[in-house]
Amino acid sequence: MRNVKSMAKSTPPIQDTPSTLKDKAHMLNLYKDMLLIRRFEERSAQLYGMGLIGGFCHLYIGQEAIVVGLQSVMQEGDSVITSYRDHGHMLACGMDPKRVMAELTGRRDGYSKGKGGSMHMFSIEKRFYGGHGIVGAQVPIGTGLAFSYKYNNEKNVCVTYMGDGAVNQGQVYEAFNMAALWKLPVLYIIENNQYGMGTSVKRAAAGATLCERGQPYGIPGVRVDGMNIMEVQEQGKKALDHIRAGKGPYILEMMTYRYRGHSMSDPAKYRSKEEVSVWKDERDPIEHLKNYILAEQIAIQDDFTHIEKDLKVLMQEVVDFAQNSPEPDVDELYTDILTHDHASHNE
Amino acid sequence: MITHHIMNEPKKITLREALRDAMAEEMRRDSKVFLMGEEVGYYQGAYKVSQGLIDEFGPNRIVDTPITEHGFTGLAVGAAFGGLKPIVEFMTFNFSMQAIDHIINSASKTLYMSGGQIQCPIVFRGPNGAASRVGAQHSQCYASWYAHCPGLKVVAPYSAEDAKGLLKAAIRDPNPVIFLENELLYGKSFDISDDPDLIVPIGKAKVVREGKDVTITAFSLMVEHALHAAEILAKDNISVEVVDLRTIRPLDVDTIVQSVKKTSRLVSLEEGWPFAGIGSEMSALMMEHAFDYLDAPVIRVTGKDVPLPYAANLEKLALPQIDDIINAVKSVCYSEMTLD
Repeated sequence: MRNVKSMAKSTPPIQDTPSTLKDKAHMLNLYKDMLLIRRFEERSAQLYGMGLIGGFCHLYIGQEAIVVGLQSVMQEGDSVITSYRDHGHMLACGMDPKRVMAELTGRRDGYSKGKGGSMHMFSIEKRFYGGHGIVGAQVPIGTGLAFSYKYNNEKNVCVTYMGDGAVNQGQVYEAFNMAALWKLPVLYIIENNQYGMGTSVKRAAAGATLCERGQPYGIPGVRVDGMNIMEVQEQGKKALDHIRAGKGPYILEMMTYRYRGHSMSDPAKYRSKEEVSVWKDERDPIEHLKNYILAEQIAIQDDFTHIEKDLKVLMQEVVDFAQNSPEPDVDELYTDILTHDHASHNE
Repeated sequence: MITHHIMNEPKKITLREALRDAMAEEMRRDSKVFLMGEEVGYYQGAYKVSQGLIDEFGPNRIVDTPITEHGFTGLAVGAAFGGLKPIVEFMTFNFSMQAIDHIINSASKTLYMSGGQIQCPIVFRGPNGAASRVGAQHSQCYASWYAHCPGLKVVAPYSAEDAKGLLKAAIRDPNPVIFLENELLYGKSFDISDDPDLIVPIGKAKVVREGKDVTITAFSLMVEHALHAAEILAKDNISVEVVDLRTIRPLDVDTIVQSVKKTSRLVSLEEGWPFAGIGSEMSALMMEHAFDYLDAPVIRVTGKDVPLPYAANLEKLALPQIDDIINAVKSVCYSEMTLD
């Protein structure tokens, strides 16, 4: 059995897309990373149902190809920031699923010692800057991370995710303006899962092509099939090359779908069963990659069975860990409000 | 020798220059410190606080922003997450309301929400409170707004030396600091020490006038009013102790309580609104920490509970005047006044 760490590890960057598309280890890694998110989220839903996870819990099921695809074309030092639908992003960044789940259950081994919860987790080590609960707030913050890279003459890019709901926030355009004005190394990913909570994009956004929202600022935007990981990779790589060449920000609109409601308390009655099943049954990103791998004879069914088996074992470990980790010490109530640490500023 | 002698004399400096010198010194000391805001660069500062800085540090570190407070505040918070130490200038703190979500939700809470992982060393500074005849939307005191929030420090100095020393301390502080200035003080000259290592620690109040009958607590411009009132009251044989709070959060409760133990009376003075203001907090703190020492109820002298009017006579009525302070002091001294 593979150990937990290697299961959680993100896919190594690919340099040459055509050849890696035939590389068995690479392609199976992508599959495994997506399935890890899927299985993790299914267990989150279970634990939520059992009352072990409280409050808000936003699942990423259906959107896995986006974060896994993009992470696979990023470079060491690049960072990620997103909103509150963040479990998939954290797992794709290589954060330990046990500690992510322990945060969901509000335990001391969670990434925020149990004080952040589902929507507020961070890992400087894995270059993940949250986990933000205010719609759109992560967009100027991600742009500011990019500002720090440019200020320090570093070649990093901040990949800043937002949903289709966030693109109607004013601060998003304030950030676009400054990012374009100052040519900041930021890649904006709009995860268009068709609904901002229960309101469809058609009912919320005038001019439904969201990738064009950067046009007045001269920011290139491309619409991508977010259910096709290979297309995500290809467009992601192009965008990152553009940004790393010093040409400023770039927008990718990922067309995708969340299978579950907005949060655990949402039965999603604003859309039809037929609509959901079209995406689930015909366009599922994990099935899509599996079918490609089988059709191209890169791997065989046994390989997938092994991955599934390994993940099952891992998920049990994750759940056990998150259930058995103690609640935070009561003294933690009053820690981390202010810091006295002058030396280790976010290093 | 003569030069040496002159250097040891206290020199005069305007508060505006003191703030600029604090920023310049910290920027020379630490390349991660930068200033951003509207008109801070080529315009030399809307109130000329950043005069000359762009010439020394260039446009990469003195960053002129578009008029976009919500956006550039969030951007600065991100830069702080990324390892920089931004100073964000609000042309006035009134405009910080556009950005208050990032100040509170992003800057002040992330250390806690990340279990101590993500620091946000950032200074938000600019003029606060009423200037002169600029009307309701440009004349508000934010001391109690920001002091309400855990995860923030709030500083509001009066003198140039405190402004310089506290701003340097704020820039070096690993936490988000709200630094409230006052436009009416920018041009005022003060003596200032020429100590190159001048730092005034955050969280320490200062007794700026000693007295035995009444304590007045004040901050920023209101310290000047308190000192004027104390001068006049001295002629009536009322001895007023004036405590310049300097830091609103964390509040130096010890210094205030020590003073009240001596005087047994407290008048809290502020320019902001009365309801849930700094004076309300002062009053509650005295109940908790000095109840047995009080000889009179705490009285609050505050701005009136109205949006600030434009007309000169109404504006004056709305803001604390010397007479308001004198009346408040006399009213808490009722027992002594009968001795005359």
